[in-house]
Amino acid sequence: MRWFWIDKFKSFKRGHCATAVKAVSISEEHMQGYFPGYPVMTPTFVIEGFAQMGGILISETREFRQNLVLAKVSRSKIHRYARPGELMNYAVNVVSLQADGGLVEATSHIDGELHVEADLTFAHVSRDVIDRKFFEPVGLLQMLRVYGLYDVGVDEDGDPLKIPDYLLEAEKTATGAYF
Amino acid sequence: MPTEQEVFEKIRAALVDALGVDEDEVTPDATLVGDLGAESIDFLDIVFRLEKAFNIEIPRAELFPEDILTNAEYVQDGKVTDEGVAELKKRMPFADLSKFEANPLVQEFGNLLTVNDMVRYVCSKVGA
Repeated sequence: MRWFWIDKFKSFKRGHCATAVKAVSISEEHMQGYFPGYPVMTPTFVIEGFAQMGGILISETREFRQNLVLAKVSRSKIHRYARPGELMNYAVNVVSLQADGGLVEATSHIDGELHVEADLTFAHVSRDVIDRKFFEPVGLLQMLRVYGLYDVGVDEDGDPLKIPDYLLEAEKTATGAYF
Repeated sequence: MPTEQEVFEKIRAALVDALGVDEDEVTPDATLVGDLGAESIDFLDIVFRLEKAFNIEIPRAELFPEDILTNAEYVQDGKVTDEGVAELKKRMPFADLSKFEANPLVQEFGNLLTVNDMVRYVCSKVGA
């Protein structure tokens, strides 16, 4: 199973910034255990949502061909808890995008009130270190579609993002295997 | 062109954000590893912030000359040879290597870089 820590992208500009939302539901399993009897969204899962957005922002610039890891959460502040029924509005901005990774700033707001903020550092991992892909193409494309990346994403010129050919080919091959 | 003081202030801001230290801990003589607690992954964070703050490119080998420190030609019995030290000086003219030179243990190299070294390095890049 893959954990999804955002519900959908609201906007996405290649290598620059993205916004997304996540609704807080009491039926999520983790809600029961953090403070028993007082369900809140576990703040580290908010940061995981930021990491998924930042990772996609950085990886998309290389068509998701290179492995990327969250190397560090260098700064984070939790201003309040998110309760069931609330909607978290995430915004991630790329501060630095380099050959060996990148740095992003992220915030979550609820009804205009600052909820969580964090800085995250990502690093590309050389094939010399880990000789396998972190994401299989079919599963990756499925996740990107679920997140609505290709519904709202635009490139540097404001044109809609295109799905990399190798991801489409993998999906086509997998679909062909079933039908 | 920024002054040396302006360079220092931007570096201090980057170190405060990257390492979670207080401003007054970031003195010119503070070592990044020993005094400010930087770990290897922090250097990536610091470099990203400096590249952004000064709009410069920082080739990793200039600040972290691992290729020299892992080269058998320059290291013997865990110590950097005279040739290795000469190579380090050539690569890192901004760093004060005098203390390291007295006992050039490879494992001590990480604790060498000071805030002032970073300031000198960035000044050489931006012409301050």
